[in-house]
Amino acid sequence: MRLLVTLAGVLLAASPAFAGDDWMPPVRDATVLKECGACHMAFQPGFLPARSWTRMMGSLADHFGEDASLPDDKIEIIRAYLTANGGDVVNRGRAAKYMQWVAPGGTPQRITENPDFLRKHRFPESVWTDPKVVTRSNCAACHSGAERGYYE
Amino acid sequence: MIRRLMLVAAVAALPFVALAGDARRDAILADYAAKARAADKGFAAFSAQRGETLFRTKWTGGDSRTTSCTACHTANPRQPGQNAKTGRAIDPVAVSVNPKRFTDPATVEKQFTRDCRSVLGRDCTPLEKGDYITFMAGQ
Repeated sequence: MRLLVTLAGVLLAASPAFAGDDWMPPVRDATVLKECGACHMAFQPGFLPARSWTRMMGSLADHFGEDASLPDDKIEIIRAYLTANGGDVVNRGRAAKYMQWVAPGGTPQRITENPDFLRKHRFPESVWTDPKVVTRSNCAACHSGAERGYYE
Repeated sequence: MIRRLMLVAAVAALPFVALAGDARRDAILADYAAKARAADKGFAAFSAQRGETLFRTKWTGGDSRTTSCTACHTANPRQPGQNAKTGRAIDPVAVSVNPKRFTDPATVEKQFTRDCRSVLGRDCTPLEKGDYITFMAGQ
């Protein structure tokens, strides 16, 4: 019995928080962390469906106005990881909440346009123009645990 | 016994070799030097001073958010910077505080390609790349 309780405790600790809805499984792939993280936080793939990542990895020459081209072998590694961990694949917790708003077959590209994001980020303009923030996609400016998937 | 001592000495020296990281950076510089010489037979050596000028010059051909290297790296390359487009923190570029800089040729070339187009609005020449690294290696 005590063993069962211990086991249950270990299991709970291992999945910190599909209990709390603000957790998103963090990126664990070294290539994704290095290449995506070179210019911005490597966003957790659970924020977009797999098909969005497929589209994004096929259009890196115009990546939100930037040329983010990469060698094909790197693109393949990153695409495989992002699509294997897309929001429609995770489909729990915060990822499921984001996926509710994605049209069937839709391939949204901007995480910051998801209604679940907008609902939680209704701030005066002065917050967004703070020099530490720069842009709405700079999660870590306010969420110190963002890279680990914590968005309290 | 002597062989063993030599082995110990070699192992003890390893961290210093790795810390300097010079062999890899020197190889990158040698590659740019060969290209600079191919472009201009009069090429003699890279210049930290020209590299600093490149670093601080305000350009007009690139993205209006990044008119100079200092837009992201600050005027002091020994300080951390911030990506002017994404807000992402950037580790210092100066080799003295960040010895990993300019040690992986693919990363160096990728970053020059992106940043030169963003700041200067064109690709940098091998001479400019070598000057820039030479400046940062002395910072």
